Amino acid sequence: MTRTSPFFHRIARFFALLLFITAPAWATRADDGLPRLTVYTYDSFISEWGPGPAVTEAFEARCNCRLNWVAVDSSLGLMGRLLLEGGASRADVVLGLDAALAAEAAQSGLFTPHGQDTARLALPAPWTDPLFLPFDYGYFAFIYDSRRLTEPPRSLRELVFAPAGGPTVIIQDPRSSTPGLGLLLWIRKVFGAEAPAAWRSLAPRIITATKSWSEAYGMFLNGEGDMVLSYTSSAAYHRIAEGVSHYRAAPFTEGHYMQTEVAAKLKTAAQPELADRFMAFLLSPEFQEAIPTGNWMYPVISLPDGLPAGFQEDSLPAALPPHDAATVARMRRDWTREWLDATAR
Amino acid sequence: MAGRNSALGRFTDGGLAAGLAVALGLWGLAAGAAGALLADSGIFDSLHAGTTAYVVRIAGFTLWQAALSTLLSLILAIPLARALHRRRFPGRTLVIRLLGLCFIMPAIAVVLGIVTVHGGNGWVNGLLRAAGGDGGSYLYGLTGILLAHVFFNMPLAAWALLQALDGVPGEQWRLAAQLRLGEAACFRLVEWPALRRALPGLAGLIFILCFTSFAVVLALGGGPGATTLEVAIYTALRFDFDTGGAALMALAQVALCGLCVAALTATGSGRATAELATGLGRRPSSAGGGLPALLQDILALAGAALLLLPPLAAILLAGLTPALPQLLASSGMLTALGTSLAVALPAGLLALLAGMALLAASRGLLLGRRQPAAAGLLEQSGALILVFPPFVLAAGLFLLLRESADVFALGPVLVILVNACMALPLVVRIVGPAYHQAGRERQRLCHSLGLSGLARFRLADWPVVRRPLALALALACCLSLGDFGVVALFGSQDFTTLPLFIHRSMGAYRMDNAAAAVLLLTVCCGLLLGLGRLLGGKAHHA
Amino acid sequence: MLELRGVRFRAGDTECRYDLTLKAGEMLLVTGPSGAGKTTLLNLIAGFLFPLSGDIRFNGQALTRLPPQERPVTMLFQEHNLFPHLDALDNAGLGLYPAPAARRRAAARAALEEAGLAGLEKRLPGELSGGQRQRVALARALLRDKPLLLLDEPFAGLDPDSRANMLEALNRLRATRRPAVILVSHAPEDLLSSADFLATVDTGHLRLAQGRLPS
Repeated sequence: MTRTSPFFHRIARFFALLLFITAPAWATRADDGLPRLTVYTYDSFISEWGPGPAVTEAFEARCNCRLNWVAVDSSLGLMGRLLLEGGASRADVVLGLDAALAAEAAQSGLFTPHGQDTARLALPAPWTDPLFLPFDYGYFAFIYDSRRLTEPPRSLRELVFAPAGGPTVIIQDPRSSTPGLGLLLWIRKVFGAEAPAAWRSLAPRIITATKSWSEAYGMFLNGEGDMVLSYTSSAAYHRIAEGVSHYRAAPFTEGHYMQTEVAAKLKTAAQPELADRFMAFLLSPEFQEAIPTGNWMYPVISLPDGLPAGFQEDSLPAALPPHDAATVARMRRDWTREWLDATAR
Repeated sequence: MAGRNSALGRFTDGGLAAGLAVALGLWGLAAGAAGALLADSGIFDSLHAGTTAYVVRIAGFTLWQAALSTLLSLILAIPLARALHRRRFPGRTLVIRLLGLCFIMPAIAVVLGIVTVHGGNGWVNGLLRAAGGDGGSYLYGLTGILLAHVFFNMPLAAWALLQALDGVPGEQWRLAAQLRLGEAACFRLVEWPALRRALPGLAGLIFILCFTSFAVVLALGGGPGATTLEVAIYTALRFDFDTGGAALMALAQVALCGLCVAALTATGSGRATAELATGLGRRPSSAGGGLPALLQDILALAGAALLLLPPLAAILLAGLTPALPQLLASSGMLTALGTSLAVALPAGLLALLAGMALLAASRGLLLGRRQPAAAGLLEQSGALILVFPPFVLAAGLFLLLRESADVFALGPVLVILVNACMALPLVVRIVGPAYHQAGRERQRLCHSLGLSGLARFRLADWPVVRRPLALALALACCLSLGDFGVVALFGSQDFTTLPLFIHRSMGAYRMDNAAAAVLLLTVCCGLLLGLGRLLGGKAHHA
Repeated sequence: MLELRGVRFRAGDTECRYDLTLKAGEMLLVTGPSGAGKTTLLNLIAGFLFPLSGDIRFNGQALTRLPPQERPVTMLFQEHNLFPHLDALDNAGLGLYPAPAARRRAAARAALEEAGLAGLEKRLPGELSGGQRQRVALARALLRDKPLLLLDEPFAGLDPDSRANMLEALNRLRATRRPAVILVSHAPEDLLSSADFLATVDTGHLRLAQGRLPS
């Protein structure tokens, strides 16, 4: 009987229509014959005001290939995306992981050694990790508006244990944002086992813990808090790019926690030779020159022309040796849980 | 009479098979996704003491905010529904349409509106500062969540309660007038019974919506003190990739939400189905009125306006800047719109098809096989997806399929699939009553004329069901258009929908971009709805 | 005495005009095709509609602009006469509202007994037959004790036995309280013996068919 077949014809037609409509999702990009290197990164890196455009131009000229950037909206999201895609990921290189999470990332088994010589790196401490290659670094600091806050705290202890009425802060959530994670590690480093008490003391003055750095910074610029967790170079940004000098980084006597950003090569890379060339490119002056005023971080090699004017006005802050990655890998979940408990009102 | 071999039974087999397939598919997808996640990370790794305490605390907050939101929405909706029922004033129809608009607005648009009005530098604080005070940052946290939830659900509740009041037979109003029943007695005897019938189901629906609410809690929660299960699952999947934890929390959510909803709907009484009113449906203006009632109504209407209008106005005003055309044309907004439509339209269609299959099977079981319990269970499968976190579904399916498909293409397809699943219960709820009514009324006629399958659908069902179908399609597409969440799991700069674009713009504090995109999104939803109304044709009185 | 003079109303396309006089104790039976304007007449007298022009008087008092609750009228509708969630006793007792509940219940018990419904006080309307429901409404009308009683198709859908019971209850009420009664019915045959007048309504116009001339 033909009673049910019209029904199925109709279904089939609809699915055909469905596939047709979803065609844009299946469409492959125009192919100009050049090999493509797929690099996963976070989206502010390749935005028009970031280092991406300059870097792309420089590398594509060198390698006679096309750089295929895939931008995820945050650094922590990068790792999550790679884990989600697993062995089926099409990434060749990932750019923008936080070195604090290196040990955890290594456990995923997705990466293969970068093979670069790290002896010539100009970092505060020698770099020995064979899997992850640093490409920039920076120091966390609390930024404040000197017109609004005339006497900023001079140490982390002073900020955290200020009495009620002390400065309000906007911070980031350590689970989704690397500055947030950085603050977590910073407080742990300075206060040790006293960290939960420190958080509890700070908690009433935390306006909110945003999901990303830019959200927090935007709120700060909009006047919603006295201080915001950011990088020392943010002050440089305002000085150089905007010509204003009332946004300053508050120097803390205990030292500032350092964040190093790293890149890594995927084991399942479809273009392993291109990936190797890219990793080498990361340590070259053409790439590193784009870092200070593109990504507002410090370069990992000594630049031939030195740092841009304006960057040097900040004396490099007293650096705090960071936790080693293995400790972070072991303790991060517990420390985050502590933070959650201490700040949940 | 109705057995496997009866002629009537055979008529409904095609639809039955399709519907069963859909229901089984849904359960299968959910189980498969959860299973994939649990398998990925050992379940026992996730079950250490810290996790359980954490999950319990989050579940507690989720319950608490959902219960509060539901209570507030209903309490505020009752006076509004009564006021709209009692008073006829110029612009009343517009007000009722506005209620509908509030409910279907994309969550992320509403968040922007509420932040503009209630944020630290918002309108309210601006007014307070001008008057010398300062509200401070009261928005982020439970307050903000409640504000947003009430914005969505109070209009829905008021609309549904107004329908319930409209269903009271006119004779009862006239009786009340004749018996000189005062305001309180009128409420107790005439209005409350009608409201009470509608409340349990309504409370259940609002509870689910608030329990599983995502964009609102993400944006306005303000930190770990105000996190719900859904947000925790999202964080776990996106950043930690804690698949076991996510799966466990998903199961907790399904269990908790399912229990609460079952409890709510069980307390509802199903007595006395509303008969068709024969007398004048309109309530005589003299029944149960007087000055106190007038004051109540004015207060209710004014309160609703104060709550609902500012965020809507904020969305409009924030978007309508002179830079609007330039913003629209640049920065990838139009691409995002295109991607959104490319995802929303197939998702809506898929939801419609699946919903119709479920309904056809359910009606077949109900009328042909006389199995109301099985029919009910089938339709409830659609509702399962309301409580199952879409992230878990998407991530789990991704894990299952990633080896066999291109990861870049798999993402969008999964977004479409999961969006369709999320819109499915909506389709069933909107089209269901009309479809079942058409079935009941024409069952014997169709049987005696030998009509079945598509012919029956075309001749007997279509006239009655056309309007709700068009509306359901439009709403399903709107829902998918405004979805933010699943798409965040797979988004990249090449695959960005409008809500994702808005979220990123807000995250980057490019508020002008965000506002323009929000306006665009809202206008699109409105256009879709209008299109749905147009396609639906005039209301058909069987 | 009820007087309608030149009462005009517009129902859709139909221009309605009613003139009649009815004294206490008399019953006017109104019949006619559906949609002719019979229910409109009752609604006008009860106060649920206001006429375009004309006069409605009862015992000299002008009712024309009074709201329904101020008119000395009890109206029974075709359906939905009872509140579905109140039992028969409470429904009937509403006739004495806003008197205290105890007094209402006592009086309602007596009224239900008089309507032949003793023993059914605790039943909900959903548990009563159509005829029994109508008689509960009549019991309430008895308690209200208004001089004007309007009934809109009270026998519609009742089987012959129920009709007879209902008619008996109605006649008992008429005998004790002597209200002026207007009864609208499609099938007035068995009611002719109880009525004093028979009128037909056709396209909005009232025409006396039998009995004494109204005025």
